[in-house]
Parts: sequence; C-alpha cells; structure tokens
Amino acid sequence: MGWKKKISRLAVGSPRTLADLPTGQRCVIDRLDLPDDIARRLMEMGFLPGNEVVPGRRAPGGGPRVFRVDGSEVALRDDTACHLYLRRDPEADFVVLP
Amino acid sequence: MSSCHGDGQPRASLLPNPSILPPRPAHDRDIIVAIVGPPNAGKSTLFNRLTGLNQKVANFPGVTVEHRTGKAKLKSKTDVFLVDLPGVYSLHPRAEDEQVTHDVLKGERTDFPKPDAVILILDSTNLGRHLVLAAPILSLNLPTLILLNMADDLAVRGGKVDVAALAGELNCPVALISAAKGTGLDSIQQFLLGTAARLNAPPAKIELPVLQDVPKCRQWAATLGVRASYKAPAPPLWTRRLDAVFLHPVGGPLIFLAVVIAVFQSIFSWAQPLMNGLQALVLSSGHWIESVLPDTPWRSLLVDGVWSGVGSVVVFLPQILLLFLFIGILEDSGYLARAALIADRTMAKIGLQGKSFIPLLSAYACAVPAIMSTRVIENKRDRMATIMIAPLMTCSARLPVYTLIILAFVPNVPLIKGVLSLPAATMLGLYLLGFVAAVAMARLLKSTVLKSQRTSFMLEMPPYRWPTLHSLSLRLVDRAKVFLRRAGTVILLVAVSLWVLAHLPLHDGKAPDLEHSFAGMVGKTIEPAIKPLGFNWKIGIGLVTSLAAREVIVGTLGTIYGIEGDEQSSGLQHAVQQDLSAAGAVALLVFFAFAMQCFSTLAVVKRETGGWKWPAFQFSYMLLLAYSGSWAAYRLTNLILQ
Repeated sequence: MGWKKKISRLAVGSPRTLADLPTGQRCVIDRLDLPDDIARRLMEMGFLPGNEVVPGRRAPGGGPRVFRVDGSEVALRDDTACHLYLRRDPEADFVVLP
Repeated sequence: MSSCHGDGQPRASLLPNPSILPPRPAHDRDIIVAIVGPPNAGKSTLFNRLTGLNQKVANFPGVTVEHRTGKAKLKSKTDVFLVDLPGVYSLHPRAEDEQVTHDVLKGERTDFPKPDAVILILDSTNLGRHLVLAAPILSLNLPTLILLNMADDLAVRGGKVDVAALAGELNCPVALISAAKGTGLDSIQQFLLGTAARLNAPPAKIELPVLQDVPKCRQWAATLGVRASYKAPAPPLWTRRLDAVFLHPVGGPLIFLAVVIAVFQSIFSWAQPLMNGLQALVLSSGHWIESVLPDTPWRSLLVDGVWSGVGSVVVFLPQILLLFLFIGILEDSGYLARAALIADRTMAKIGLQGKSFIPLLSAYACAVPAIMSTRVIENKRDRMATIMIAPLMTCSARLPVYTLIILAFVPNVPLIKGVLSLPAATMLGLYLLGFVAAVAMARLLKSTVLKSQRTSFMLEMPPYRWPTLHSLSLRLVDRAKVFLRRAGTVILLVAVSLWVLAHLPLHDGKAPDLEHSFAGMVGKTIEPAIKPLGFNWKIGIGLVTSLAAREVIVGTLGTIYGIEGDEQSSGLQHAVQQDLSAAGAVALLVFFAFAMQCFSTLAVVKRETGGWKWPAFQFSYMLLLAYSGSWAAYRLTNLILQ
C-alpha cells in the first residue's frame, strides 16, 4: 500500500474499510464494493450490510486475516477486505489526530 | 473444509464412471432422499452414519461435481437411497456445485431422478446463518426433514433452541441431532420410513422471503431464530485458544513445518517395517506357489507375471494408507483450513492461493484424489494451474522406483552422522526437484496461459474437532479398496500382457529370448530415442509399461530379469546395475521425477477439465521436461564422474 493511501486514511480519522481495522475492534459493514458473484458469496458467509464484524488473528507473516462474522470465522485477504466499507459509527472514531 | 468437501475426500474411481443411478424401476421404484446442507454442517458425517460402507462415489457427467449415493440402513424392507449433494450456501446457481444441487433438487437433470424428499442438515451452533438455506429448500415443495446438527456442541457451549416451535414455524419436522456422536438419529429413521406414505401429500405452504435477496433471507432466518427462542452458543473457546497457538506469528509456521515434516518422516520410517513384512509375504508365497505347481508356462505366468508384477506394487499399501490417515486427521480436525491460511502468502508468490495447498499436499500421496480435491478452489484458472502441476509432486507411486535405483546405485555413506545418509539425501533431493519444478511451472502457467487477476480468498475456518475413528476408518477402507482395485486391474493387465509379449512369438514351440520377443522388439524400437539418456532397450520396455503407472516399471524389470533367469542369483538391484551406468541411473530418477506416467491421473484430469486438451498439454509438457531433464542429468553426471 502506498504512502498516499496511508495518509488519506489517517486524515479521515476512522477506519473506512475492513482492511484498515485494528484487531479486535468491532465494526458494522456498510456496503460491499465488489463484483456481484463475490459480493453475494461474501454476504452468504455473513458479510451483510448492517452485520457486525470483529477482525481476529492474521495468518503469520502478513497473510489473510480471520474475521468473526455472524457466528463463524472467515479468512479474507486484505485486497478483498479493502472493498468492504464500514458504517461510520461515531463511537468507533477513537483515533485522535494531533 | 472439514466435513463437507472434506469427508468427501474425493476418491479415485477409474473411468468409465460407475453408474450413478440407483436402480429405479418404473413401478414400485425405490425412494430417493437428498441430503443438502451448507459446507461444514456435517453432511458427509451424517451420510456415513446412515449408509456405512454401503456407498459409492460418482461424478455427474459433463461437470466436475462429485456426489455419493448409498442405501440407507433401515429396519424396514423399503429401500431408500440417499444422495449426498455438494455443500451449498444457497441454491443461487452460480458455482458449478450449486448448479448441480439446484438442478437435481428441481428435477432438471435428465441423468438423475428428482429426489422424493430432502434432508436439510444445518449447524445448530450457527443456526442464524444456516437457516437461510431453509428458504430455497422449502420452496421446492418436497417433503423435508430439517436436522440441527452438533447438538452436543450447542449444549456444551450453552446454546438453546426450541425444536417444536421451529417445526411449527417451518411446517416441517425438525430434530436436534449429533451426527458425529450418532445421537438423535431415530427421527431420521421415522422420517425415511414415513416418506413413502407422505409422498402424495405436499407440505402446506409457508411464507418465504424473496430468494434473490440475501439480506431479506438473512432477516427471515433471524426472525425464525427469535420465534424458536434460539440462543446462540458462546464462542468456541477451545478453537480460539488453539488458534492462538496454531496461528501464532512465530509458533504457527514452526508447527506447520513440523507437521509437514512429521507426515513425510512417518511415511518413510513408520511404514517401512510394515512394507518389509508385506514384501516377505509376497516373496515367500511366490516361492510356495512355485514349489507346489508343476513346471509349465502357466506357472511362469502366475509367478513371474502376475505375482511379481502385482506383488511388487501391493507392497506399497501401508505407505499410502498412512499418508491418507494423516491427511484425514488434519482435515477432520480442522487444521488443514489453518494450514491453507498459513500457506496462502507463500502460494500467492507463485501465483496460486492458499486453497491450492491442500491438493498439493495430497498429491504427495496420489495425484488422483489431489486433482479431485482442487474443487475447493473457486477460481477456474487457479484450479487449472493446480491440476497441471499436481503430478509433479512426488507421489507414492514414484517411491518404489526411487527406492530400487537408490539402493542399487547410491552408496550408504553418512553425510551428517546419525541424521542424514547419502541415500536419504538423494531421496529428499528428488522430492525437492519435483517441488521446484512444480513451483517453476506454476509461475510460468500463471504468468502466461492461465494469467488472472489476484483472486479473492475466502475460507471459512471450521471449529477444531476431534476426528472420529468412524470417519477415519471409512476413509482408509475406501482408499485401500481403490488401491487394490487398481492393482487388480490396470497393473494385473500390464503384468499379464507383458509376460505374454515377452514369451511370443514362439520358435519351434518354445518361448524366444527376451531380445527376440515382441516386448524386446518394442524396447529395441525405442532404443535410439532413449540412448542419449543412457537407457538401453530393457529399460525402454520398463518405460513403455510404466506409462500405465509409474510403479509398474519395478514389476516389469522383475519380470524381465526373472525371464532371463538371473533373478534368484543376483536380485533386482544387481540386475539393474548390469544395465544402467551411474549416469543412466541419475537420468532415470530425473525422468521419473518429471514424466507423466499414470493413466489414472490423465483420466481424472480429462474428467475434471472436460476434454482432452488439458491432459494432452500436461502429458506433453511433462514428457518434454522429463526428456530434457534426464538428458541434461546424464550429460552432467558423466562430466562429473570423468
């Protein structure tokens, strides 16, 4: 991931996608920006708009991350997770910028 | 990973396909009940419980989707056939397996009758999400039994569900069971026995959501859960704890490596005593047969042809079963899904993905089930690339060849005292050679003909579970059957035809020298082509017969030298030393590391890819690799040794 992307994330203040989320921080899915068939499969696995997701462990060495969602655990790569946008929940805005 | 794709650890059924249809006369036909459920709901465990060994695996023609049928063990006289359909999240026909489940359930397949009833099996510990599948299934208007599986887990983790209320809401029978423990199965007997009576009365309609709308369906399932006072169980604590160990940034990869090494170590060392015992048995029984039969050509056919040919292959049964036992334990326990997760990053570097790891690991046992298990890979191009490189992994059929040549040519000197000897290092080097070739080929394929975008990787992590003895032993019995069937058909056929070709044409009623027999002529014909590799015409005969299956060359050489009459005096190893130079031996090892000498694999690739194009490509590229590789190895070894 490039510099610009990192800066823009910091500027926004709160995690925008599932890929930005620190481990253990709850969030709510807002929308999936993915081709229809992949989005549908993800929704069937529990990544539905409005559903809560908690990021769990990452595979050693920076591989895919396990997400707790709708009663099960599903592993996704970051390049998929970054297309799952989060609901802007004010309570989640805990990143304090200087 | 575990039960649904997993337990259906695809098994090799050689072409042509066995009939997938249970017998079904027009009148008074048998009842067919389909078992449907999401992945990891325990479908296959239930299927095994209900049918025992009374089952067979088959493919739907034209598509790569496998299913199993079996006769239910019932207390009554009525025959009920169960069909285990691929695990699906919905009936939205997108992936191939979902399409098949959809078509079978709707009666849209001409080659398979519409089921008379459905058993829908759901994971009770994750009912909210699993109940979603009830909507499309109930909309089929077939008599349906809903089973909420893993009742033991639900109770232990403090979850609850009101089965009667749910049955009322859905207007169909619902039961709480544990397929693994075998509890609550009475309800299934009742349902199956009552099915015939209920066939004429379609179930009353209930209000169902629009099936295309996933959020609506999920909402419907949630409402149902509330009405059935469903209390979700506490998170699986043990799974979290174990994941903290198995997915630990440092410990995880170390355990992963240890597991892979332990699997290999065990197939080499633990299987050895068993194999030696089996070998001794084959040898002594061969001598016994020789001693009791009169000296006729028939005795020669039986002993030199059948016994030494088939026997030399059957010896490898313990090794193969041990490997399948390990893979079964890894898969049923849920570790294999973690292994795929850990391997994903490395696999991504060669253009593949974590899900390719499972087939490639199984390919060390046998490429046939490995290629069938590539079905877990949704991306077509990733799947094709995995199929193309799987036979480069050192399968167990190469072991007899490697062992023979290494014992004959590599002196037993220790490299690291007590840890590694030269023969063992050579063997490891051959494993590495196959692996490196597979990686290089994967990169090549994925950057050319099978180029694709980095694909999405979605893998559900099942909770860890104790593998059950029941399911493991079913797997092993199944594997043993497949292996012995192969030894009794393909290998027997090759052994017998080789013996016949080596004894014809008759000269004055006597069998000719091997050199002037039909088999010898074949060897002599191809000798010019293989001379640059350091092989003579006898090795050539072995190469030709080993096109059927790699291990056949050992039996063939046994037969050839048996015919020449010096087998007793010097043994196969010494006999091979007469015909191969050291450089030729190295070349032969390299040839076997790369060449595609396996009818079964080609047949299964043809079936999985739906045509001869890919198997033809695979055969050619591997032959090219084998020829050029062993030519280079021959030249290089000669240079070094001079």
